[in-house]
Amino acid sequence: MIASRGRQPEDRTTGWGLDRVTVRFGRLTALERVSLGVGAGAVTAVIGADAAGKTTLLRVLVGAVRPSEGRVRRPEKRQVGYMSAGSGTYGDLTVDENLAFAARAYGLSRGVARSRIGELLDRTDLMAARRRLAGLLSGGMRQKLALAVAIVHEPELVVLDEPTTGVDPVSRAELWRLIAELAAAGTAVLMATTYVDEAERAGSVLVLLRGRPLALGTPEEIRRAVPGELYELGGRIDDWRAWRRAGRWRVWSPDGRAPEGARLIEPDLEDGLVMAQLAYEASQPEVAA
Amino acid sequence: MLAMALKELRQLARDRRTVAMMIVLPVVLLVVFGYAARFDIDKVPTIVAGPAADEAASNLPSRMDVIATHPEWGRDQAIDALRRAQATVVVIADPQHPAVLVDGANLFGAQSVLRALAANPSLPKAEVLFNPDLATSFVMVPALMGLVLVFIGTIVTSLGVVRERQSGTLEQLAVMPFRPRDVFLGKVLPYFGVAIVDLVIVVVAGLWIFGVPFSGAPWIFAIGALLFLFVALGMGVLISTVSQNQGQAIQLAMMTLLPQILLSGMIFPLDSMAIGVRWIGYLLPLTYFVQIARGVMIRAAPFDALLVPMGMLLLLGVIVFGLSVLRFQRDLAPSGTGSRHRRSEAEASA
Repeated sequence: MIASRGRQPEDRTTGWGLDRVTVRFGRLTALERVSLGVGAGAVTAVIGADAAGKTTLLRVLVGAVRPSEGRVRRPEKRQVGYMSAGSGTYGDLTVDENLAFAARAYGLSRGVARSRIGELLDRTDLMAARRRLAGLLSGGMRQKLALAVAIVHEPELVVLDEPTTGVDPVSRAELWRLIAELAAAGTAVLMATTYVDEAERAGSVLVLLRGRPLALGTPEEIRRAVPGELYELGGRIDDWRAWRRAGRWRVWSPDGRAPEGARLIEPDLEDGLVMAQLAYEASQPEVAA
Repeated sequence: MLAMALKELRQLARDRRTVAMMIVLPVVLLVVFGYAARFDIDKVPTIVAGPAADEAASNLPSRMDVIATHPEWGRDQAIDALRRAQATVVVIADPQHPAVLVDGANLFGAQSVLRALAANPSLPKAEVLFNPDLATSFVMVPALMGLVLVFIGTIVTSLGVVRERQSGTLEQLAVMPFRPRDVFLGKVLPYFGVAIVDLVIVVVAGLWIFGVPFSGAPWIFAIGALLFLFVALGMGVLISTVSQNQGQAIQLAMMTLLPQILLSGMIFPLDSMAIGVRWIGYLLPLTYFVQIARGVMIRAAPFDALLVPMGMLLLLGVIVFGLSVLRFQRDLAPSGTGSRHRRSEAEASA
């Protein structure tokens, strides 16, 4: 386990999160009435396209952005670990020095810091690279270092902004192992991602679209909540909302009516997200051109 | 080729600071150079001392601008007045021991007086004090020390702080359990330390290589230099808080350095500048460091004679440092209700 503060996965509370939070930057509304609970001992994922408001939501939770409306529940600063999208590590410091700085910043004593850094270097397989400059690490290694920096002080809440974006599949798997270990040790983990397969592994998922909450629940709940039916076809069909996937066409039927020659299929989370977005757009009043 | 040129023009048009620098800077430089780049001093501040002071004052060459007469003064008071930079020349109108004492630390003023006296054989031969050979290095090295310090203090500090923003680690610091003043002081103090080491190296090199004298009290110089570093580092932090990347920081820092080189009295004497340009010089920290460094090193000026430049550096330091602390704290504070600049940052990451 990475977080070894002795908290057990079973002592869970839904402590942290946002209640109807709205964030405005001038005339731009980055988040609109978003609520989200981040439970201890679980991974919560925020998924959405670029500019959906994922980073703003994370920054609100860690206290880097003040909400215009709504309430934020977060632990005191020392109990929050944050990994920003830019990784937040110092490229001109070594792996060891980056960790030592974070440990000192969070007030860890020298002895505790030393053993904690050793433990994290082991867990992240960075022991051999401990004297290497962070700027010279591969993308995956640097992300692992950033994660280690974010959790060096064993926080209760860990917030990760797209921790696996741009890293190779092996490093992604390793990062996920580390994140899963964190949750298993009782830490509340909130992460933003653009990958549906990652969101699928999370305990609960918030889907954001242009700053608005589109869906919230377990991946299964989100799949089930999508209105209408999903069909599969070999070719494109006019007048239906369809998208191409794995060489075939998926067709969303809001009223369940089947297109000719189509086969009814069970949507997975990726289909569910597309359908939720289509349903949302269909519900919006058309703007005259 | 046309496609390349069009792309370049578009990029240039987006970089407003560079466009401003390309258009405004040549005009500013031309005007400033025109009014500031003069070595001739038309009026040299002169005190006439000795029993026949009043009579002598009316017979001096017009270039020697009599600002006061002190019939009761002797040679000691005259030297003390020069040490305190109250005048560039003191004429001692004493029938027994007539003398013209000239402040050699004011290079161009002294040269101007010597030329005027050479054309007037009825006056006694001038005695140049503090810098008898009128060596340029005596005058330039103390000023160059200031330039080196402002260069390091401003540019290096601004780069150090802006690097934090550019690498995204400033955001990380904002969510760590630091108080803004911990981050600010933790960021600035190392540069302060390095600048002090630089100061010692520059002073030792100046004395050793150029043989510049250090006539005054080192502690007075040290106070002046620390006050000056206080302003220079504050400028560095201030620049970093209004720059998004290191390129912008360097550009801005250079824009603050150029007027200091031209208008601080380091090269062109302040007395020879047109008043419209001279007041800019009075807003620049290097102006006051040059006065302190030359005063202490060459003339052995006492502390109370340097109270004005010291006070000005303190005032500039408080203003610049205060502004930089405010802006820096804003960078670390949660965003959401900030300025357009902060909004655009937040929007970009939304």
